[in-house]
Amino acid sequence: MTNPLAIYFHWPFCQSKCPYCDFNSHVWREIDQRAWRRALISELDFYAMQTQGRTVRSVYFGGGTPSLMPTKTVKALIEAIHNRWGLAACEEITLEANPSSSETLKFKALKEIGINRLSIGVQALNDDALTFLGRAHSSKEALEAIDRAANTFDKFSFDLMYGLPNQSIGSWRSALRRALSIANGHLSLYELTIEPGTEFFKHNIKGVTDKESANMFEMTRAMMADAGMPAYEVSNHAKPGHESRHNLNYWRGGDYLGIGPGAHGRITISNQCIATHQIHNPVRWLKKVSLIGHGTAKHRNLSPYERALELIMTGLRTREGIDMAYLEILTGLTRNRLINPSRLSHCIEAGFLKNSGNILTATEVGIIRLNSVLETLLVADTQYAGGATVETGQ
Amino acid sequence: MINGPSMNTDKKTDLCRIRNFAIIAHIDHGKSTLADRMIQTCGGLTEREMKQQVLDSMEIERERGITIKAQTVRLEFKAADGEIYILNLMDTPGHVDFTYEVSRSLAACEGSLLVVDATQGVEAQTLANVYLAIDNDHEIVPVLNKIDLPAAEPDRIKQQIEEVVGIDTDGAMQISAKTGRGVNAVLQRLVESLPAPTGNANAELKALLVDSWYDPYLGVMILVRVRDGILRKGMKVRMMATGAVYQIERVGYFTPKKMIVEQLNPGEMGFVTAAIKNVADTSVGDTITEEKRPARTPLAGFKPSVPVVFCGLFPTDTGQYDDLRDSLEKLHLNDASFHYEAESSAALGLGFRCGFLGLLHLEIIQERLEREFDLDLITTAPSVIYRIHMRSGDRRELHNPVDMPDPTEIEYIEEPWIKATVMVPDEFLGAVLQLCEERRGKQTELTYVGHRAMAVYRLPLNEVVFDFYDRLKSISRGYASFDYELEDYTSSELVKVSILVNEEPVEALSFIVHEKHAEPRGRIICEKLKGLIPRQLFKIAIQAAIGGKIIARATVGAMRKDVTAKCYGGDITRKKKLLEKQKRGKKRMRQFGNVEIPQTAFLAALKTSD
Ligand SMILES: Nc1nc2c(ncn2[C@@H]2O[C@H](COP(=O)(O)OP(=O)(O)OP(=O)(O)O)[C@@H](O)[C@H]2O)c(=O)[nH]1
Ligand code: SF4
Ligand SMILES: [Mg+2]
Repeated sequence: MTNPLAIYFHWPFCQSKCPYCDFNSHVWREIDQRAWRRALISELDFYAMQTQGRTVRSVYFGGGTPSLMPTKTVKALIEAIHNRWGLAACEEITLEANPSSSETLKFKALKEIGINRLSIGVQALNDDALTFLGRAHSSKEALEAIDRAANTFDKFSFDLMYGLPNQSIGSWRSALRRALSIANGHLSLYELTIEPGTEFFKHNIKGVTDKESANMFEMTRAMMADAGMPAYEVSNHAKPGHESRHNLNYWRGGDYLGIGPGAHGRITISNQCIATHQIHNPVRWLKKVSLIGHGTAKHRNLSPYERALELIMTGLRTREGIDMAYLEILTGLTRNRLINPSRLSHCIEAGFLKNSGNILTATEVGIIRLNSVLETLLVADTQYAGGATVETGQ
Repeated sequence: MINGPSMNTDKKTDLCRIRNFAIIAHIDHGKSTLADRMIQTCGGLTEREMKQQVLDSMEIERERGITIKAQTVRLEFKAADGEIYILNLMDTPGHVDFTYEVSRSLAACEGSLLVVDATQGVEAQTLANVYLAIDNDHEIVPVLNKIDLPAAEPDRIKQQIEEVVGIDTDGAMQISAKTGRGVNAVLQRLVESLPAPTGNANAELKALLVDSWYDPYLGVMILVRVRDGILRKGMKVRMMATGAVYQIERVGYFTPKKMIVEQLNPGEMGFVTAAIKNVADTSVGDTITEEKRPARTPLAGFKPSVPVVFCGLFPTDTGQYDDLRDSLEKLHLNDASFHYEAESSAALGLGFRCGFLGLLHLEIIQERLEREFDLDLITTAPSVIYRIHMRSGDRRELHNPVDMPDPTEIEYIEEPWIKATVMVPDEFLGAVLQLCEERRGKQTELTYVGHRAMAVYRLPLNEVVFDFYDRLKSISRGYASFDYELEDYTSSELVKVSILVNEEPVEALSFIVHEKHAEPRGRIICEKLKGLIPRQLFKIAIQAAIGGKIIARATVGAMRKDVTAKCYGGDITRKKKLLEKQKRGKKRMRQFGNVEIPQTAFLAALKTSD
């Protein structure tokens, strides 16, 4: 089978650690760039052996802060993909960038080596908020980065956060208005969530109240739709044609390789989907890769029901929803075995879900409560059988 | 403390050198501590074997510092006349729930040692126990304890005892069970003041079955008091009430160590074992006689204990039902005073309906189940026994609100009333009276003694089994004491309040209450549940109803926003795990209409519900 492929690279380093961040990101004084370049290529090779002949549709450099990667490394990785699979069918190569001036200066070089989409971690457009969020850049740098991205790339996106403590819906509205005036075709708008293990969590920082959070979410979606950049996923908004292909692939249940410490992947080989997970800790990952060529901590066969679960979970987050016919083909299970029909009709009657033909989508009122809807829809059934786990490494 | 039994060569003691007495007092006035000192003084245990409240052998007794089960010890005391006397001491519990233990101990003795805490004075159980002693024609020897404490006011308390209890305190000794001061003198006084037992060794055997329990080594043990005749090892005996015949295997007594002897003579107390399988096969208060030479009439005996408070016990984890059943069976071997039978509930699954002597008893059994048997339990609201008089002429006893018949078929309902005695310092009297009035109490007596008042009320028991005792303690800052006895059944305007979640009744939360209190109680439960049930996709209606009539309601609003902000490659696994965790959590959920409610919400509603 020749499913198309997406490739994700994880670069786990940042200039400083943001107090809300629970990603696999670390601040290192020294990085052995040569060793890291080699290791990433080596792991890419390891997965290339298992996916020869596939078509790579998108590549994504995430992190951490991949804009801190030496351009040489990015280039080497893109070339490696070109050599292993070819890049003719690759529509999108995204790199996440932080807007500090040194990184902004690299935009042009990045474009030259093949990056065609940028995702900028702006997070806020005023300095107070940026300070609160512990970001290393100023609002001026953010605007410059956006400006330069607009002049360099056809497609770029930037991230903003809302629901910061004491933020009013009015101030968020005006921030969003400003963002729209400088956006290109894509915005990722996230509500601040306090994750365990972060500085914010430790200091018991609380975002806005549940009510304000709901109001902001609804307002955001309405405003973005009016501006011609409707949400195509819970937190992602784009003009038609500007959607992130790479991310859509996740939500549609496509295959992807996860390269680098802590990266996750899904690879389907002769109809069996395998979930892969690389060693989380960067030191251990690097050591393992230099030893055996890859740093896989775990790979595990997903059962058809698990596959379905993932797809329903992510698919309902998107505007396009899930194609139940496709889901049936993919899993070999009938839709009634995947979703309890009485629970489904219950959610439809209540207005949380919508069914037209084979397509199941979450409505506006459904999306905002999607976790509860999913719980109602999926959790009560115990037909899920689990998959065999094969542990390697570590 | 009590290891394997030892042998003792039999010495026959003259009746005139035996004294049998119970130590009685209000809770914590120092009965068990005094027993310790007496055991020590008489050399029943060595220094090394001694520990505080040595007779409180159950773990829960030691932990809570209270006596639950009466204990009997045989002491040898060398009196002033140079003779050795046999003293059979019975340490009794002070808490009102275990009054039954006191009554049967008293039936086995000729006298009572009344202990009064010299810092506290006469309390409700002091009074109640003295009355019991008087009913048993006991000689009462009062002592003032804890005089080592600076707050002790022996003279004032003496006067109080005379006034309130009405017994002579002229010669009342002042002692400290803690330091041992005066203990020797008390023993001497007991020898002098208490009557020796009477009995005829040649007559047919008559022994009172005082208590029975299960011992892991010796099996079922029976505590007896021999009145007439001789109880010998190997003898075939008949239980006069049940008719059962057993062969006595062992005869002995506690020092508190188990000592094995050949026989027990008139006036003596001790234990016997026979091949008895179940504690339930022995009926306390029964008379044991010799099979081949039976007595003609049994001893007076006493009434069996009756449970007055009922509740449901359910395992939190439905898989623990069998464990719960086994544990109840085992516990019952040692405490036949609680009852249990299987029950099933929509909200809580399979469990048991249990009857107890009171709230403390309930709490203790629940705690023992949880601790000794490692169970996690839900206890439903306690209830009393109602008498339902049906239009058809039938009369039913209702132990569980769930079984309440349709109101249209009911002629009237009677509920149990108690006579409650509250002793309280003046300053708190107002609050106590108000509490009693709120609980539908009717005052029958109010007397003052110095700065203390004694209020006697008629109260419905169902108003007391909720949080009466806790409230009483809190409004009097711990100074009020309380005692009660069941008086009668009286017809009342009682209704069953059902709690509905999304129109479906949660039977485990239903309760029976006086019409007047239905609405406020219903409202409290609705509000409580509202705070306990997490918001969900759908609005949840919580209602309290009498029949079809809604008397209170609360609403848990629907969840407005509940969506994860980020879900990319790596987050998918995490999110799926979360869903799976919720799935496991679902086992502890109960379905009501289209919503699922965590069992923990019911648990919490029941825990705090008054
Ligand atoms: N200072 C002092 N404390 C005493 C004396 N006698 C008993 N106590 C303390 O009073 C508390 C209660 O004593 P217990 O002997 O358990 O009282 P009890 O009457 O057996 O209590 P229940 O069995 O629960 O009714 C314990 O903390 C004892 O240490 C005494 O003479 N002096
Ligand atoms: S820059 Fe991004 S990845 Fe790095 S610490 Fe901040 S939020 Fe985390
Ligand atoms: Mg005691």
